[in-house]
Amino acid sequence: MSQTVALPRAFELPGGGRLPRLGSVDAVSLEGRAAELAKRSIKRESKIFALDLAIRMIDLTTLEGADTPGKVRALSAKAIRPDPGDANVPSVAAVCVYPTLVAVARRALAGSMVKVASVATAFPSGQAPLDVKLADVRAAVEAGADEIDMVIDRGAFLSGRIGEVYDEVVAVKEACGGAHLKVILETGELGSYDAVRRASLVAIAGGADFIKTSTGKVSPAATLPVALCMIEAIRDVYDETGLVVGMKTAGGIRAAKQAIQYLCVLHETLGVEWLTPDRFRFGASSLLNDLLLQLRKQRTGIYRSPDEFTLD
Amino acid sequence: MGAVEKPRTEVAAPASWDYAPSLEGREIVSLERRYGLYIGGKHISPKSRSWFTTISPSTEEPLAEIAQAGQKDVALAVGAAREAFRTWSRRKPAERAKVLFRIARVLQERARELAVAESLDGGKPIKESRDVDLPLAAAHFFYYAGWADKLEYAFPGRSPKPLGVAAQIVPWNFPLLMLAWKIAPALACGNTVVLKPAETTPLTALLFADVCRQAEVPPGVVNIITGDGSTGAYLVREKGIDKVAFTGSTEVGKAIQRELAGRDVSLTLELGGKAANIVFDDCALDQAVEGIVNGIYFNQGHVCCAGSRLLVQESIHDQLVRKLKRRMATLRVGNPLDKNTDVGAINSSAQLERISELVQSGIDEGAELYQPPCRLPEKGWWFAPTVFTNVAQSHRIAREEIFGPVLSVLTFRTPDEAVEKANNTMYGLSAGVWTEKGSRILWMADRLRSGVVWGNTFNRFDPSSPFGGYKESGFGREGGRHGLEPYLRFE
Amino acid sequence: MSERLPVRKTYKLFVGGAFPRSESGRTLEVEGYNVARASRKDAREAVVAARKAVAGWSGATAYNRGQVLYRLAETMETRTDALAAASSGRREVARAIDRVVWYAGWADKLAQVLGSSNPVAGPYFNFTLPEPTGVVAVIAPEEPALDGLVSRLVPALVGGNAVVAVASEPHPLAAIELAEAVATSDVPAGVVNVLTGLRAELAPVLAGHMDVNAIDVTGADGDRTTLEELAAENVKRVVRAREEQSPWEIASFMELKTVWHPIGR
Repeated sequence: MSQTVALPRAFELPGGGRLPRLGSVDAVSLEGRAAELAKRSIKRESKIFALDLAIRMIDLTTLEGADTPGKVRALSAKAIRPDPGDANVPSVAAVCVYPTLVAVARRALAGSMVKVASVATAFPSGQAPLDVKLADVRAAVEAGADEIDMVIDRGAFLSGRIGEVYDEVVAVKEACGGAHLKVILETGELGSYDAVRRASLVAIAGGADFIKTSTGKVSPAATLPVALCMIEAIRDVYDETGLVVGMKTAGGIRAAKQAIQYLCVLHETLGVEWLTPDRFRFGASSLLNDLLLQLRKQRTGIYRSPDEFTLD
Repeated sequence: MGAVEKPRTEVAAPASWDYAPSLEGREIVSLERRYGLYIGGKHISPKSRSWFTTISPSTEEPLAEIAQAGQKDVALAVGAAREAFRTWSRRKPAERAKVLFRIARVLQERARELAVAESLDGGKPIKESRDVDLPLAAAHFFYYAGWADKLEYAFPGRSPKPLGVAAQIVPWNFPLLMLAWKIAPALACGNTVVLKPAETTPLTALLFADVCRQAEVPPGVVNIITGDGSTGAYLVREKGIDKVAFTGSTEVGKAIQRELAGRDVSLTLELGGKAANIVFDDCALDQAVEGIVNGIYFNQGHVCCAGSRLLVQESIHDQLVRKLKRRMATLRVGNPLDKNTDVGAINSSAQLERISELVQSGIDEGAELYQPPCRLPEKGWWFAPTVFTNVAQSHRIAREEIFGPVLSVLTFRTPDEAVEKANNTMYGLSAGVWTEKGSRILWMADRLRSGVVWGNTFNRFDPSSPFGGYKESGFGREGGRHGLEPYLRFE
Repeated sequence: MSERLPVRKTYKLFVGGAFPRSESGRTLEVEGYNVARASRKDAREAVVAARKAVAGWSGATAYNRGQVLYRLAETMETRTDALAAASSGRREVARAIDRVVWYAGWADKLAQVLGSSNPVAGPYFNFTLPEPTGVVAVIAPEEPALDGLVSRLVPALVGGNAVVAVASEPHPLAAIELAEAVATSDVPAGVVNVLTGLRAELAPVLAGHMDVNAIDVTGADGDRTTLEELAAENVKRVVRAREEQSPWEIASFMELKTVWHPIGR
């Protein structure tokens, strides 16, 4: 009888719990299940709830070489009050920027509940010496980031140096201090769902508060089956140890309909306890306007024009 | 900027996120008050002058009056088929093919209407009739349409000829799909048919008569007779038939085989099952759980090849059962026309009684029952998804076909023991194996005595894939090139 | 010079690789010999022996089964005289031997001709293979005594089934001569079992036996209806000869198994 490889002892969780078995993932069945959940038909009040929730879960993101303080201030205003025409529309969860713009975002968001998230660790490639990556993290935290989105070293992961990936997550977590750590797996570069599951467990073992699909700079970015695969890893950890880990999908989610599909996957896999911005995030920018549009359509019963919502 | 978060009307976080009902509109189906028999291309009143009512199992609402065909009606239908056989069998095969292609197209065009009718009359969730029954039924006609003018390539060195009149009896679990499995190969091979749908689910077969009209199937090539078991018995006894194809219970299958003893009537039987779904400790666990759920709760477990016996390697039993129960709790039981429904209504009160009786026997024999909390509708016939753990091979729930959403969990220690337990049944229709080890899949597939083996998947069907049983699950294959043979003789 | 008295053979049953007398102690005088008259119990023993042999024979490689059956043709050839004496003569024997050779060559081609790879609409690999049904009862035709039996026995064997054959009632000697050829070939014990005696006594026992998977009623004549009724009790495959010699005659004793597996990374 074959038992699948267990992670080495180093991968024991803080508090002594063992990670669930590494296991494996059948691609066809996983994709089939995701496709089935994508067909859930969400109407009326439950749709309003989902749209409102999705807005509250957004990490409103700008990660361009052309980002400027002006751009970040505009985005922050949008984050606090996405729909100036409707006071009932909530703020998003966070604004996500490069480390150099954290201070700008921090000031722009002062007094609101919107968090500042910063990518770090030589985002998006992660191809820099560890001390440079750690300096990157510390700089972002010192500038006022509440949350750090790190990338794993896919080069190390794919060449089998999984211990190195783990060590790096541990080191980054330490550098974060009080800031929340989201670990980006960049699933589009990992090659298989088995690898996605393995990377998820390594990141969790290393101390990730959230695991995140993608940087948004690599295609494919988030897909429903990849998210399901990661959410199942989170569920296994929770079932085995009680440890709560959050999930963030990023890249390519532009339509409200897609967002609702992710929420269905989340809901049916992890349950209603995960339907909160504390445990689930969308990394997105253009998604927000479609959510606003659909929400207004639901509340008014009239199909809306995109021009009703601000482009920031 | 210093904007302060405004007070807002909170959208309350619910204790559970109930998907609001999302109902498929039933107005797409317009039902007649009464349906006669479809014989020789016409709808006619039964000579028996007797009618029965078909009802919706999810609401107990009467849907339509259906003719109860008596012996004379059956003889009339067989006569019409006999008559039509003379011209249909001589029609150019390429022309026969085109008739079948047309049927396939019309089924696609009317898929939504037929799916709703299927869910109304049979109780199955609309997502299944929409995504499984209808697409597969149309695909079946497409597949066999293509064979109609290529039969000599299917059987090189032999000269295939149609048999004549095929008497076909189909069950209530996949009414239209089973109709397609029966009629498509029969017509492709140049036979004519008399088909009897199940008593509780006659509607889609009767709507199919209208599909035949639209596709310009010549009169008498397809005849639909409705009624209870007595109608089926008349049909099997009728002298003018050349072939019987039956899908249903092993008990009735045996009776038909006895009835045909000594007669030159060709027979294929697709009967019951008690499939083992075998899960090894190295499998992709979450996908295995999906496969288990799909294997037994698909179509309320009204599936002859349902994975009703779960054989789990002892080392992962507890973990798997935990995951399974958690997954079961997310199954939505209720209105078959709700697009979010996973498990629909039990097909009839008689079937509900049988399920309840067997489940009681499981409790009495000491197995441990679990049902996730779910609200069942007041009206109609319902049974909550059920799993029994601590089941022994000798328990009735581990041996008899329940044909309902009831899973029995047993354990094994080694591959040899898994094979031994899996094969320890009078049935042999299907089996599932879950393991990441390729060589073990093939080793198991080789040893399991069943007509279908699903490796790391379950309940998959395709027109090109032969389906049928070993042992008391029947003989003959439906689907694929092999599915042609039962409808041909060779000169 | 006094004529030498020939040593006469005692014709017995062939069960599980041995040649026992009937447990009933009864014989029938046929064709100048006291031939064993098999009882219900002998039939049951034969089914047990056949069932025991199924796993090994069906589990052997197709190449091996082909070789073993070719070996049977060889042992028959060397017994041509005895087989000819027990049948209609050398022509029948030659026909029977050639038939065994023909079927022997099918063993490792069956799966290619009867099986298929199926192009299902989805990410699955799907194939269908013929497999033996298990224990087959063969009611041999009365005539020709040897080739009639060989025509029905060998197609069942080549696919991997084990057989219990009821020999021609009026001409049982050929079947036992054949059994001796089987016993000296490499056919494993129990794969072929031959019963002599009264068809009306034996055939219904086999037709009604719940551990027999298929029955060939080609030689059943007037008993056919009764036998088929009994066969229905466990949904036996009822087989009748359709062609003199063909792979489809082998197929009648085969099940088809379809295997699915996902194709994914």
